[in-house]
Amino acid sequence: MERGTILKVAGPLVVAVGLERAKMYDLVRVGEQGLMGEIIEMRGDRASIQVYEETEGLGPGMPVESTGAPLSVELGPGMLGAVYDGVQRPLDELERRAGAFLSRGISAPGLDRDKRWEFVPAVAVGARVSGGDIIGTVQENEVIEHRILVPPALAGEIVEFSAGAHTVTDTVAKLRDADGAVHDLTMMQVWPVRMPRPYARKVASGEPLVTGTRVIDTFFPLVKGGVACIPGPFGAGKTVTQHQVAKWSNAQVVIFIGCGERGNEMTDVLMEFPELTDPYSGQPLMKRTVLVANTSNMPVAAREASVYTGITMAEYFRDMGYEVVLQADSTSRWAEAMREISGRLEEMPGDEGFPAYLGTKLAAFYERAGAVECLGSVSVIGSVSPPGGDLSEPVVQNTLRVVKVFWALQDTLAYERHFPAIDWLTSYSLYLERLRPHWDAEVSERYRARRDECMAILQRESNLAEIVRLVGLEALSPEEQILMETAKSIREDFLQQNAFRDDDQFTSLAKQDRLLEMILLFHTTAIEAHRQGAPLRGIFSAPVREKIARAKYGTGDETDIFDEIASDIETQLVGEGGVNA
Amino acid sequence: MTREYTTTRDIVGPLLLVERVVDVTYGELVELEYPGGVRSLGNVLEVNGDVALVQAFAGTSGANPSETKVRFLGRALEIGVSRDMLGRVFDGLGRPRDGGPEIIPDERRTIYGEPINPTARDFPDDFIQTGVSAIDGLNPLVRGQKLPIFSGAGLPHNELAAQVARQAAVLARSAQADAVGEKLEGEFAVVFAAMGITFADADFFMTEFRNTAAIERAVLFLNLADDPAVERIATPRVALTAAEYLAYTCDMHVLVVLTDMTYYCEALREVSAARKEVPGRRGYPGYLYTDLATIYERAGRIKGAKGSITQVPILTMPDDDKTHPIPDLTGYITEGQIILDRSLNRSGVYPPIAVLPSLSRLKQKGIGAGKTREDHADLSNQLFGAYARGVQAKELAVILGEAALSDSDKAFVAFADAFEARFIQQGQHEDRSIERTLEIGWELMALLPRSELKRIKDAYVEKYLPREGDA
Repeated sequence: MERGTILKVAGPLVVAVGLERAKMYDLVRVGEQGLMGEIIEMRGDRASIQVYEETEGLGPGMPVESTGAPLSVELGPGMLGAVYDGVQRPLDELERRAGAFLSRGISAPGLDRDKRWEFVPAVAVGARVSGGDIIGTVQENEVIEHRILVPPALAGEIVEFSAGAHTVTDTVAKLRDADGAVHDLTMMQVWPVRMPRPYARKVASGEPLVTGTRVIDTFFPLVKGGVACIPGPFGAGKTVTQHQVAKWSNAQVVIFIGCGERGNEMTDVLMEFPELTDPYSGQPLMKRTVLVANTSNMPVAAREASVYTGITMAEYFRDMGYEVVLQADSTSRWAEAMREISGRLEEMPGDEGFPAYLGTKLAAFYERAGAVECLGSVSVIGSVSPPGGDLSEPVVQNTLRVVKVFWALQDTLAYERHFPAIDWLTSYSLYLERLRPHWDAEVSERYRARRDECMAILQRESNLAEIVRLVGLEALSPEEQILMETAKSIREDFLQQNAFRDDDQFTSLAKQDRLLEMILLFHTTAIEAHRQGAPLRGIFSAPVREKIARAKYGTGDETDIFDEIASDIETQLVGEGGVNA
Repeated sequence: MTREYTTTRDIVGPLLLVERVVDVTYGELVELEYPGGVRSLGNVLEVNGDVALVQAFAGTSGANPSETKVRFLGRALEIGVSRDMLGRVFDGLGRPRDGGPEIIPDERRTIYGEPINPTARDFPDDFIQTGVSAIDGLNPLVRGQKLPIFSGAGLPHNELAAQVARQAAVLARSAQADAVGEKLEGEFAVVFAAMGITFADADFFMTEFRNTAAIERAVLFLNLADDPAVERIATPRVALTAAEYLAYTCDMHVLVVLTDMTYYCEALREVSAARKEVPGRRGYPGYLYTDLATIYERAGRIKGAKGSITQVPILTMPDDDKTHPIPDLTGYITEGQIILDRSLNRSGVYPPIAVLPSLSRLKQKGIGAGKTREDHADLSNQLFGAYARGVQAKELAVILGEAALSDSDKAFVAFADAFEARFIQQGQHEDRSIERTLEIGWELMALLPRSELKRIKDAYVEKYLPREGDA
């Protein structure tokens, strides 16, 4: 433990002297209270430290102590259901120790040191294992079996097991490596957050990450292990969309990083998730969730660290073979934290004052997503909060270079209360082709074609809307008028989805397909009916349209309703209710 | 431990660079005495070895390097808090301004506060009836929320804020509260912080409060246009420290009105520029978001605490531009925004609330059965949708003429006009109950074809839509 002294204090940045042997990104303790900090620059004998707590009251001459190790997280049983701050301090424990307000200098380990977990060996003594192999399991809760892994970089022969109830720091196995050295293995691993956890090989997954949100699943889908970006001006519904994905996606573990966002949003998650039932396991959602909460009023340096803390946890669950969704809300606040620290270091700024390495850091973060061999995956959904809704700003632009799915939220849609306010014309997904085999086999062979047809209709609508705006709807041909009505139906009866209605918040892929089928069936039948002489007014006022509009509501697949609608369309447009009446 | 120095080297704008200091800490409170006896408070912005950078709240007019006395007070900026603050007027740093005596503090607290632990927060879900339909019906305020008013020069934001402060009441409507006859209404208090507004504006609020006897339960912190600008940086924090005491120690429900946040941000920019910091957008410092968050995030409710803090910050958007950094960053932190609209104001609608871009993020939790009424959410969605469509149709009519509109578009145009005239429009002293607000909403629904009411559950339409002949 090397000791130095403070020379300079400027906001979250402290400069210390006397830490010659410390290394870049070493964790240090600052001042009498031992505030956590991290070395981010070294010049001669001067080390610049970003401090994860408020620095008020610090002054020159106060002590700084290096721990000699980089900022790390503790990985092991006990993470699920926990709420951590940006440097993995458990917030509920801090509340027990210090009350409702976060005072400085309090700390608590990320994993409970006293709690005992039932360790069950998964291999026999004598087994030859290497980094990432599962040596045992702990049933962490009703949903997740926690798999105990050999730490990366270790390999050898298991020489002893100690099954039964243990704390995370107890030795549960001994491993002898090739040199004959014996290593004690515990259920807890400590991993530096800024270093990606190693994997054997990345694979390109073709499995959809189903969210139950129609505009996402059908129009702009994400694969497991994929990366997506939701930019949006405030009030466009970014957070609600992220919550929907966290609640309904078919991943096994959800890591939610509240990075520089509102305190009440974290509270919302904290109060709601234990009440909500995971549609896949029937257990409370909180049991598959880890929250990393560094709200906007918590220290800015810890905000910078929070996304690394979160993704390291995600990688750890991935290594166990789980499918993980990581949501970072918002990466813009993370970038701003970088900018603030960079400014204090007096670095030469790039675009809009952001540091020149912004793009590199963003790309490196998103690249930690992916599906890997041994079947786990980390999907990353980062939200971006562009100032003034301006998508040309540096954080959005640097993000778009690396992500494959773009859900463009539009405030104009939000004003019309079209939710989710994802703009169907500017959003994109580059995973459609990869998903095709899965869709064909699991949903229906027409699903993709229907999706494309609807997109084409929406595209035509936006072109025609220009004409309508100038010369009125009557200037369009009857077929174009039908198309306009169909596009409206796609928007209102399919794309619009109420996240707060129990019977609308989740739609299965099968049902999404049927909804499109009905809308398109009405479209083609309407054109046919008109050709046979049915008046447009009659077609548009067919009672079945209300049935189509309400078909999205319901919690199951409602196959009978769709059959009914299909036959109604037939009777009301071309049957006795329509042309042949 | 007080240490006094006369070793000032540079004076730049509101900043002083003091040399050869010992044991100075970051954030420490400083007392400055300029030649001629002028005094100012200040605090330490940066300390580097034996050099301290001090910001003077009262500015540096009259200061000189050699004779200015700089005393480091060994503590951060604090205010004394007590229940006796109610009914009093203070300056921007918490010193009496109404000629009354100093209060006898219960305790002294630093103005920076501490962040609320997210796990200790309780989610805001008690509906506050403001009596303003455009807020209650469409963008309701809930206890513990921070809901700013985005306004522009010349718009009646002060009138609206005063009306909200006067009329705000929490409804005791939960079944549980009804059962035991318990009243949810705790004691209510208003903390008002003025930053850089004119005397006339401040006087309007004081008169309003006095006329309605609201002054008894109000605390005012005034930093007016002719008061030192840098002092404004401390004012909202002083006010919120008082609010926290009233909320969490005295169990009161506190409504904090902060006006005008634009002037606050400009003071921050002034200091940042004097420090030659790398500017973010429009010259505002890169940490503006974090700085604003440390103010706005002090709103909330805490589990187990009886009191709460609800914030209504007011800011005037330069040139009515919502993408200006101040409204933009505010909108990202606060839980929605109430936007005032110039064209509505011109056409004589009060309050001129632009309902379409306005938003209350917490409304889903604050309304519905047991809070307001079961049909509230659906009805407000439908009102939004229908008004949006009506506004669109009106734009179309401007280009094509009214005659070119389809019948259903005409219905929506009629709806939009009626909506502005009957739903949004109300008197400055008209206190509408939520029932009345919803009733007006349903009366307006009757103007639309029944088949257009897609966003409302059938059962509610049956139950609440006025039948023909009813009206």
